[in-house]
Amino acid sequence: MKCLITLILSLLAVVTAHADEVQVAVAANFTGPMQVISVLFERDTGHKASLSYGSTGKFYAQIVNGAPFQVLLAADDETPAKLIKEGKTVAGTAFTYAIGKLVLWSADPKLIDAKGEVLKKGGFKHLSLANPKTAPYGAAGLQVMSKLGVADAIKPLIVQGENISQTHQFISTGAAELGFVAYSQVIKNGTIGSGSGWIVPANLYDPIRQDAVLLAKGKDKPAAVALMNYLKGEKALAVIKSFGYELR
Amino acid sequence: MLTDSDLQAIWLTTRLAGITTVILLLVGTPIAWLLARSRSWWKGPLGAVVALPLVLPPSVLGFYLLLAMGPQGPVGQLTASLGLGVLPFTFWGLVVASSFYSLPFMVQPLQNAFESIGERPLEVAATLRASPLDTFFSVVLPLAKPGFITAGVLTFAHTVGEFGVVLMIGGNIPGVTRVASVQIYDHVEALEYADAHRLAAVMLAFSFTVLLAMYLRRPKPTRGD
Repeated sequence: MKCLITLILSLLAVVTAHADEVQVAVAANFTGPMQVISVLFERDTGHKASLSYGSTGKFYAQIVNGAPFQVLLAADDETPAKLIKEGKTVAGTAFTYAIGKLVLWSADPKLIDAKGEVLKKGGFKHLSLANPKTAPYGAAGLQVMSKLGVADAIKPLIVQGENISQTHQFISTGAAELGFVAYSQVIKNGTIGSGSGWIVPANLYDPIRQDAVLLAKGKDKPAAVALMNYLKGEKALAVIKSFGYELR
Repeated sequence: MLTDSDLQAIWLTTRLAGITTVILLLVGTPIAWLLARSRSWWKGPLGAVVALPLVLPPSVLGFYLLLAMGPQGPVGQLTASLGLGVLPFTFWGLVVASSFYSLPFMVQPLQNAFESIGERPLEVAATLRASPLDTFFSVVLPLAKPGFITAGVLTFAHTVGEFGVVLMIGGNIPGVTRVASVQIYDHVEALEYADAHRLAAVMLAFSFTVLLAMYLRRPKPTRGD
């Protein structure tokens, strides 16, 4: 009986975030580097970073509707700009923390050639793409196909991932033969780790400037401010670069 | 009021739920019968397997279905060798997934209905020399009719309400796998709240009507004895 009461009480206990914990909304493509950075951040500053991963569009909706995030690491610069306009951020804190690279990738080591000709040749049933309405990498993929003049031919073959992580999962399980993902998701030791891929030339899509911004809920929160600074530091930049991002 | 893509999503959802219900009527009835009648040791494990989708997160079901039906999975290799292609991102893939997902909603009401018939009518039928099949169709089916209606309606409605599994294996393709629930999610994600409201209201009205109809036609408890 005593055990049961203790259990119930502990379930009822209010879960409070530590004062020195920062709630971060992380664009799904930045999952890998952020996992590494958060460990370094915790070790170097003693603050804790609690990370949520998802599509930038979804985070926007959640933040507008009162989500408790203190820092947003977006996959674009438009979403932070919108939030700034709507007064949901701390003025003057936005900066570009990484510039993303798009990759056409397949788990099949032979499917994708060095020039991405496979898009014109076809021979696949499904091409996985993050929802272009909410995920910047999805929009970039669509743009690449339009520029190459293959958008109409490929549109019926597109399967949409809810965010870039699910898009990657569709391809890595082989359910879709190929698709557009972030370079950071497939990079290993400075090159594409498995399968085959084509790093899409930067002139085929608008640069994916990924901006970070301190949100209104992170105002004057030491951990949130510390994280924003940490992301500009040498250690974080080295991690970001090692995942194939360009730096500003 | 509803856009073409909304209507497309609703029609797709209806088709998915309808086909799933028919398949589960055919598959679920013998399973429910076994569960209701058998005294074998495997009755427990079978019942547990049937009930699994009730407690499993859709993400677990979706994950395993994606792996199993993908080109490297056992189901995927089977369907590919039969010349059917692979099932993820297809309408029939959703049908297979929904059939697993909604299985308990078909089997459990049927099992209850079969159990409540009891042994007696079956014994009487047997003494009248009715074959087991004949017994099933002329004794069990009429007696279990309310159970069939409940099971069918619940299965249909539950499939209409499916979301997580579809999201994981559907790929959100208009007219193929973008069912109403996913369409609503898409609208909400893109902040198209007006569009989301329209379709969400239809879903709400549908679900309420279905449940209301079911509760209204339940026999009322009689007073006294």
